[in-house]
Amino acid sequence: MRFLLVEDNAQLARALVDRLALDGHVLDHAEDLATANSFIEVASYDLILLDIMLPDGDGRNFLKAHRSRTDRTPVIVLTARSQITDRVGLLDLGADDYIVKPFDFSELEARCRAVLRRRGGAADNMRHFAGVDFDSLAGTISIAGRVEPLRNRELRLLEVFFAAPGQIFSKPHLMDRLFSFTEDVSENAIEVYVGRLRKKLEGSAARIETVRGLGYRLTGKT
Amino acid sequence: MRAMLGKGSIRRRLVVQLSLIAAVLSLAFFLIVRAVAGQAASDTQDNILAASATSIADAIYSERGRISLELPYSALSMLGSISQDRVFYRVIVDGETLTGYDDLPAPAHFPKPSEPVFSTLDFRGEEVRSVAVGRTVSSGGQAIRAAIVVAQTRSGLAAITSKISATSVAVGIGLFLFATLLSLLAAQSALLPLNRMTQSIKRRGPHDLRPVRTEIPGELLPLVAALNNFMARLRAALAQSEELVAEAAHRVRTPLAVVRTQAEVALRRLDKPEDRQALREMIRAVDESSRSAGQLLDHAMVTFRTDHLQETRFDLGEVTRETCAHLQPTAGLKDIALVLDIPERPLPFVGDPILLQSALRNILDNAIKYSPADSEITVTITVDRHYEISFRDQGRGFGDVNTGGLTKRFARGGNVADVVGSGLGLTIVDVVARAHKGRVKIRTNTEGPGACVSLVLPLH
Repeated sequence: MRFLLVEDNAQLARALVDRLALDGHVLDHAEDLATANSFIEVASYDLILLDIMLPDGDGRNFLKAHRSRTDRTPVIVLTARSQITDRVGLLDLGADDYIVKPFDFSELEARCRAVLRRRGGAADNMRHFAGVDFDSLAGTISIAGRVEPLRNRELRLLEVFFAAPGQIFSKPHLMDRLFSFTEDVSENAIEVYVGRLRKKLEGSAARIETVRGLGYRLTGKT
Repeated sequence: MRAMLGKGSIRRRLVVQLSLIAAVLSLAFFLIVRAVAGQAASDTQDNILAASATSIADAIYSERGRISLELPYSALSMLGSISQDRVFYRVIVDGETLTGYDDLPAPAHFPKPSEPVFSTLDFRGEEVRSVAVGRTVSSGGQAIRAAIVVAQTRSGLAAITSKISATSVAVGIGLFLFATLLSLLAAQSALLPLNRMTQSIKRRGPHDLRPVRTEIPGELLPLVAALNNFMARLRAALAQSEELVAEAAHRVRTPLAVVRTQAEVALRRLDKPEDRQALREMIRAVDESSRSAGQLLDHAMVTFRTDHLQETRFDLGEVTRETCAHLQPTAGLKDIALVLDIPERPLPFVGDPILLQSALRNILDNAIKYSPADSEITVTITVDRHYEISFRDQGRGFGDVNTGGLTKRFARGGNVADVVGSGLGLTIVDVVARAHKGRVKIRTNTEGPGACVSLVLPLH
């Protein structure tokens, strides 16, 4: 996906660019409203992440101007301010959602997905591998015309595998993607979700292999 | 407001001062009327006495060297016309009493013919007013001096004076009462603009800090100017404290966001278990501090807003649905399903929707935090004699913890040491509930695992 980040804190912006790149997303960074406006004119984005306190104005003004254009790109506001005073105003001004700094990336992803689903999709939400059609936005896989809904963690796990078929992912890495850092779970918990995915992928050529001592990988062999 | 019992009322002062002035004026009126009337009565008596004495003097004549007197009847009857007072007279010729009362005192000196001499004296145990008139009669080529003394008792005069006094007392009292009534009315009307201003300030909502613009008399301008100035400063202080909270949040949360994001990026690149463990703990600490900071700010804001409760009418069902919708993605991360059982019809409530939202979010956030993956949280609103918004989860429940103490600040259950939390969530809920005359109900489910936290609010 292609994001536009409007944020004046350069360190945070750099960290966000790095972090989203890990998941294969592209992120353009605008440090003020003027830059953001010029970006919007030349490129199209799936999602805009907007900070409120910016050097050349209030992000809410940008939001208002953005909504008056025909552009329907969804906006998620990154706010550091106390939620209860801001919330009402933000959603009234046309923000699709908001997330409070510092945020959990899984939560940001979940919110992006929810917003995009409401808005009717991003360009590249369909992935195909070994006879499996994976719609990451709708949260479904279809195998030979049979549509199977995925639960949230199954979806996120499958996204990891589909992003790099053949690559081995260690249990700790997969856990980082699936569980929040504040949850204390054993590494065995990942097996539950791998088990469920295997069941749902039955009937296709796609398989999740256990690589003893290393982790799991997605293969297309039978 | 009760503590501000008025010390000294302007109205009372006005009335008392105006009444005092009226009392002094009434008394002066009484004294003057009495003095003038008394004087007038006394002058009248003197004039008649003098006329009577003069007419007696005119009746003295000399006949063959002898002085005689034909006492005119009218001289005494004119005195009788004043009242029933007794009349005494004495005619002295050459030091000898010609006629009348021997013992009626005569003046020490012979009065000049044109100047009657008046005096007040005791005669036969009664106060009398007497007049002495001198007259020179020629008898046989000789000038003989005669003195005529006429006296009259004063009881008639006293009766007239006391009658006038009584009337003037009555008129004085009437005047005083009338003036007091007028002063009451005057005080009332003088204070009318002040009352109008008070009413216009009283009618304001708790957040209305606009300057006072009612029409006011010039004397009140300094007071109103001071009041408006004070309200402007208060408004600025409120805005400043809100700004401060927002600024503090910004200053704390942005660096935390940088740390958290960089730690996550680093975590992806690391393989050594001890490094990973260290980073996970770091992220956990960041989450903990950002959560605490968030809830402290939330708590400050909630306290602030409950102190200045702004009441609007809104739909409780809609606010609950919105809150659930916002936390849906968070719940989704753990595959927790939010099951809503909220009546379709509007559930009108009067209060601060932002506070309510904050309370509901805190309850739901807790429920999500303590729920296991792949579970359900049921959100129901029942309308009975109260609104009861319940969040039933399938988590670990509250165990044997004393649930009453959980709403205290920084209090946490004994079975939750492994979950990030500040202990402020339920305090916020409790503060909001109390501000809306409601309460928080916390109980462990009897059937199945988990707990149920409810917000009980009065119907409107």
